[in-house]
Amino acid sequence: MRVMAQMGMVMNLDKCIGCHTCSVTCKQAWTNRAGTEYVWFNNVETRPGQGYPRRYEDQETWKGGWTLTHRGNLKLKAGGRVQKLLGIFASPVQPKLADYYEPWTYDYQTLIEAPLGDDFPVARPKSLITGENTKITWSANWDDNLGGSSEMGHLDPIVAKLNASVRRDSEEKVRFELEKTFMFYLPRICEHCLNPSCMASCPSGAIYKREEDGIVLVDQDRCRGWRQCITGCPYKKIYFNHKSGKAEKCTFCYPRVEVGLPTVCSETCVGRLRYLGLFLYDADRVTAAAATPDEGDLYEAQLDLLLDPSDPEVIAAARRDGIPDDWMDAARRSPVYALAKTYRVALPLHPEYRTMPMVWYVPPLSPIVDVLSSQGHDAEDRTVLFGAIEALRIPVDYLAELFTAGRTDIITGVLQKLAAMRAYMRDVSLGRDGDPAIPEAVGMSEETLYEMYRLMAIAKYADRYVIPTAHVERAHELEEIGCSLDFDEGPGMYESGPFGEASGRPAPVAVETFNALKQRQTSDSAMTTTPSGGLRGRVNLLNWDGNGAPDGLFPGGSSDGPPDTATTEGTR
Amino acid sequence: MNTFLWGVLPYLCVASLVGGTVWRYRYDKFGWTTRSSQLYESRLLRIGSPLFHVGILLVFFGHVGGLVIPESWTDAVGVSEGLYHFNALLFGGLAGVCTLVGILILVYRRRTTGPVFMATTKNDKLMYVLLVTAIVLGLWTTLVSVGAGSDAHNYRETVSPWFRSVFLLRPDVASMAAAPIQFHVHAIVGMLLFALWPFTRLVHAFTAPLHYLFRPYIVYRSRDRQTSGNRAARPGWSGVGTTDRDRRH
Repeated sequence: MRVMAQMGMVMNLDKCIGCHTCSVTCKQAWTNRAGTEYVWFNNVETRPGQGYPRRYEDQETWKGGWTLTHRGNLKLKAGGRVQKLLGIFASPVQPKLADYYEPWTYDYQTLIEAPLGDDFPVARPKSLITGENTKITWSANWDDNLGGSSEMGHLDPIVAKLNASVRRDSEEKVRFELEKTFMFYLPRICEHCLNPSCMASCPSGAIYKREEDGIVLVDQDRCRGWRQCITGCPYKKIYFNHKSGKAEKCTFCYPRVEVGLPTVCSETCVGRLRYLGLFLYDADRVTAAAATPDEGDLYEAQLDLLLDPSDPEVIAAARRDGIPDDWMDAARRSPVYALAKTYRVALPLHPEYRTMPMVWYVPPLSPIVDVLSSQGHDAEDRTVLFGAIEALRIPVDYLAELFTAGRTDIITGVLQKLAAMRAYMRDVSLGRDGDPAIPEAVGMSEETLYEMYRLMAIAKYADRYVIPTAHVERAHELEEIGCSLDFDEGPGMYESGPFGEASGRPAPVAVETFNALKQRQTSDSAMTTTPSGGLRGRVNLLNWDGNGAPDGLFPGGSSDGPPDTATTEGTR
Repeated sequence: MNTFLWGVLPYLCVASLVGGTVWRYRYDKFGWTTRSSQLYESRLLRIGSPLFHVGILLVFFGHVGGLVIPESWTDAVGVSEGLYHFNALLFGGLAGVCTLVGILILVYRRRTTGPVFMATTKNDKLMYVLLVTAIVLGLWTTLVSVGAGSDAHNYRETVSPWFRSVFLLRPDVASMAAAPIQFHVHAIVGMLLFALWPFTRLVHAFTAPLHYLFRPYIVYRSRDRQTSGNRAARPGWSGVGTTDRDRRH
């Protein structure tokens, strides 16, 4: 057993209202740059829907993830090492820009500069790729809220699969008429897999998994733009920066996570549906688990990889493998471990890709509840709910294709737990005694069910995000702990270097680190110059908290005494 | 003049190639990429790029065979000059034509596809000119040799000894000077191309990912130890709609 720690996320899909705040804040933080206009590290898809990029789940087309050889070994679906290298000159199955969308802006300049005339000036859409006028025909969430689903609903790879399935006759096919529609939102980030196929596809070996927290990153200095990772990732969460010619992906906001802050998408989530915490897993068994012969068993295999941080054996092994004690403590309080393994309500996205994804989802019960309420049923009654979960086959089948490689029994079990929680807690909140038969029906105790309710429904900030900070004794390894306000050339704009776009040495830049800012915001005294002259007579107004007047705020201040002495004298 | 061309220029070019590569690797790892434009256009790329790359790899190995291996060695294994020459012209010519057709497709694609053309720098253009010239001149030497039939110039008695002598630090200027003009021009353009190499996108060839065949699939790495404390921001953070995208307003 080799114990490793992994930062994981759980999203409770019942709470997602599809507001795209996570996507927008993520984009503002990470991908509002040239070359990444079409890049969404976080995107929110309406399901059923095609997703982003379009139909990315259709691995017969896109060749992402792993498959098994006839001898039962793992093999990249896009081919072995030699085959990958032979395809390097023109990556055979890379999505085109049309599979994403052509990013655009508007020609706002005309609004200002148009000459006086009878017609109102119009800001025409301009392509950010060609700079020419463009027609907007698609975007990252064009089929939001089932827009266009009556025409394009069948293009969802899961709907296509369900429709083609021999299990159902034509009557029962997934219907998109409005009154029969079910829908939910699926926010997606990089899965930070235990067995990442993007990493395995990278010819340069530039993609790596951090030993400390399992975050998967692209080393921008080693990436050579061979583009194989884009094919390799079945979730299509590696994007090609067309300006720098390098691959980029979700970083799990590692600079924030290292100092104990939740990721931007989690922090800004309006529905508070994201949970962050640690998983401990056995790194020695990952490959074997990913090679589980039956796809339906992959979820269980993945669950088996997760180690119980309260188990003395695991604790001893973790200590041996260098996991700090406070990380073990965080692992014991981990909400993601609780949801995935203790309560077993969180499921991995597409376990059949065999990448062992580490962003888990609590499947939504609300489409079923909505159907029941719209038909006038009591949607919080246990028997009604349980009956509906059995009867409403299409949502369950659909969710099973997403989260359990088709195992409807697992989905039904999870939905029943959620239904039981709902039914049980209704009694409690109405002042009645809880019915112990309800938790019993789903194999839980009243206490466990109540704890699950606390975590899922009350969902306090401190319970949702249990993020151990990177270690102080290893602080010199951190990127975000320094406090330097030196700057020569201002925020990092770069122009085309002599060897093409984005080449050349990085320009020095002073981005105030989180720690410096936090210290200033939480300290009692006003921001003043440190004896060591930390501010060097300059003040960054963007970071000035309006509290006091630090040296250098006003030009030409006398160094002998405070400038207001003169003012006082003048008034007198 | 001969002394400069065949005795001095080679060393200048080698210095530029080696020094430039070291310098670029040291200071511009972020710019070290293929700068693929497949996202913009893939139909022509799918034909042109493999054609060119496979062709140029064959051409490379052909040059290694012709320049590095002395004629006496091939004689020793019983390959006659005629047989060698026939093979060299046949396969070299085929590979050269593949390369030329490939790069012509790629240049056509680069010129006619809007986004690809916009992503083309002056540096790229200069590089393309040199590269295409070198390929065309190389094919010219082949054509002349084919035309001359059995009387063709045996470059393995002139160019090859000179090439090896350069690396032995005793440049054999006289034997290179004896070669016909087409070899001279091709060699000069080739040397210039190599001198420019480290400063162009061609550097990606030096990091051809052959180690992929041997490395483990899953890569674990500890947190970056090199970037302690505050560090300068990396490139890649310029605003959307930067100058080159505005060019067409």
